[in-house]
Amino acid sequence: MSESLISFANVSRFYGEVLGINKVNLTIPPGVTSLVGPNGSGKTTLMNLMTGLIRPTQGEIKVLGISPEHPEQLCKFIGYCAQFDSCPKGLTGHQFIYWFLRMHAFTPEECQRRTATALERVSMTAAAHRPVGAYSKGMRQRIKLAQSIAHEPKVLVLDEPLNGLDPMARAETIALFREWGQNGRHVIVSSHILHEVDQISDQVILLSQGYVVAEGEIKGVRDEVKEQPMQILVRCNDPRELAARLFQQDHMVEAKISRDRKGLLLRTSDADSFYLLLNKVVLESGLEVESIAPADDDVNSVYQYLIGGDGGAV
Amino acid sequence: MQLWSRQIAAVLRLEMKKTFFSKRSWWIYCLAAMPVVITVLHWIIMSRVRNGFGDRHRLGDDSIIFAGLFQFFYLRAVIFFGCMGIFSNLFRGEMLEKTLHYYFLTPMRRELLVIGKYLAGLSVALVLFVGSTSLAFLTIARHFGSAWTDYLYHGPGMSQLGSYVLVATLACVGYGAVFLMCGLFFRNPMIPAAVVFVWENLNPFLPSVLKKISVIFYLRSLCPVEVPVPPPFSVMVIDADPTPMWLAVPGLLLLSMILLAYTAMSARQTEINYGE
Repeated sequence: MSESLISFANVSRFYGEVLGINKVNLTIPPGVTSLVGPNGSGKTTLMNLMTGLIRPTQGEIKVLGISPEHPEQLCKFIGYCAQFDSCPKGLTGHQFIYWFLRMHAFTPEECQRRTATALERVSMTAAAHRPVGAYSKGMRQRIKLAQSIAHEPKVLVLDEPLNGLDPMARAETIALFREWGQNGRHVIVSSHILHEVDQISDQVILLSQGYVVAEGEIKGVRDEVKEQPMQILVRCNDPRELAARLFQQDHMVEAKISRDRKGLLLRTSDADSFYLLLNKVVLESGLEVESIAPADDDVNSVYQYLIGGDGGAV
Repeated sequence: MQLWSRQIAAVLRLEMKKTFFSKRSWWIYCLAAMPVVITVLHWIIMSRVRNGFGDRHRLGDDSIIFAGLFQFFYLRAVIFFGCMGIFSNLFRGEMLEKTLHYYFLTPMRRELLVIGKYLAGLSVALVLFVGSTSLAFLTIARHFGSAWTDYLYHGPGMSQLGSYVLVATLACVGYGAVFLMCGLFFRNPMIPAAVVFVWENLNPFLPSVLKKISVIFYLRSLCPVEVPVPPPFSVMVIDADPTPMWLAVPGLLLLSMILLAYTAMSARQTEINYGE
């Protein structure tokens, strides 16, 4: 088992008779991975399992080769910003980060340095010495994030990390996730807001009712959804002519011309054949093609195909 | 410093900060202050009316009054409920505030977390309850002036104070271990606390075998002054041989250690479930 991966081997978790997740087999490589699914799909259960806050009913989990059964080893390398909107009372933001760093057994000087760095990363230095209880929801979210990254974990697990953040803070936080992902760390994010997941993620894990329904790079996941016709948007000077020529083939399912009469949205059951055909048609007809782009290989579309429901904000 | 000792020290200091200076602990401070308030009032009132008692009110009477106050009010109510408030909140309070996961996400053994939290609770309990026991004892008979000073320094006063301090310390150690465990295992620690409270207070009326399954029995054995039980309760009291000090002290410490060891092992299996 590689020591740079997070792996779930046939993992199930039940809460009494209620299913949390069932028979999950996953391998998560470094980079930014998003967990997507509706409420109750098992995202938080998956996160709690990999951080050792709960134990699996069956199966085996390894995080960088370490079992979550050994928090004294695992928690050196893992940071978790949980969904709970709560911080220890009676502490300032600085104390909150500092004292939990002391439990990592860093020296006081090292704790001070790391606390200052973490606060700076989430732009909370100015408010660091105010009590956490007096923070707004967005500030609490940021201080929680700072606390989870203060010990520079190799694996950062974030449950709905963008909740309560203003647009500026969201942009900064997304940039932070990207930076961490690019540095070869694991950043595992759950989010309901799919267009943000699209911006952040290198790979995605789609969950529904405790089962993993798809995993991998978003485009790869989309390619696996064979039964759903693929949507492709072609912008050209004569969409009507293009549609007429393309519809001579069996794999074309539907075509829509956009309002500006320059775009043609096509649905095809065979993308590879479609692209070959398109090349041929364009060469033969002399149409001027401005752009060709897949219209449904984002998380939102994949989510709708696989799980159903509204993909905008679940 | 070893890794484990640095981690325990960090938990201890954080918990002391949270427990000692939190507003929600105000009632525990009030509880700890009550015996001192009672003895100070006793001192003030007796200073004013002492002439009216003449020779009828003796220093020994105050010694018995304090023993009664200590055994029936201080041990059974103040220290009992004070320890319940301090120790059961060490884990249960974190669960209610949904902050226990921060501790569980640090790279320290859960056993060390239990020890750190217990030591923090014990430090607070000892400062409050041993401190107020000592203050209450030193003020109960201040109205006797030099006779009281003489009793303290040349009589049995300091020895009695030492015994009360020992009993208060052991009470904090024992009840602390009980309530720390209750806080980890029970969603509402008030229920087991009520059961323990009834059991401890029924102790004088229980058969001698059952008497020995309680903390208060051993603590009473260590108290320096016997308190006569007034009628009609005296007829219901069942006598049992008091446990000798050499057995009572290590026995209570051993019982506390067993409870703590069980709590520590259970903490390792504890999952985060805030009831959502």
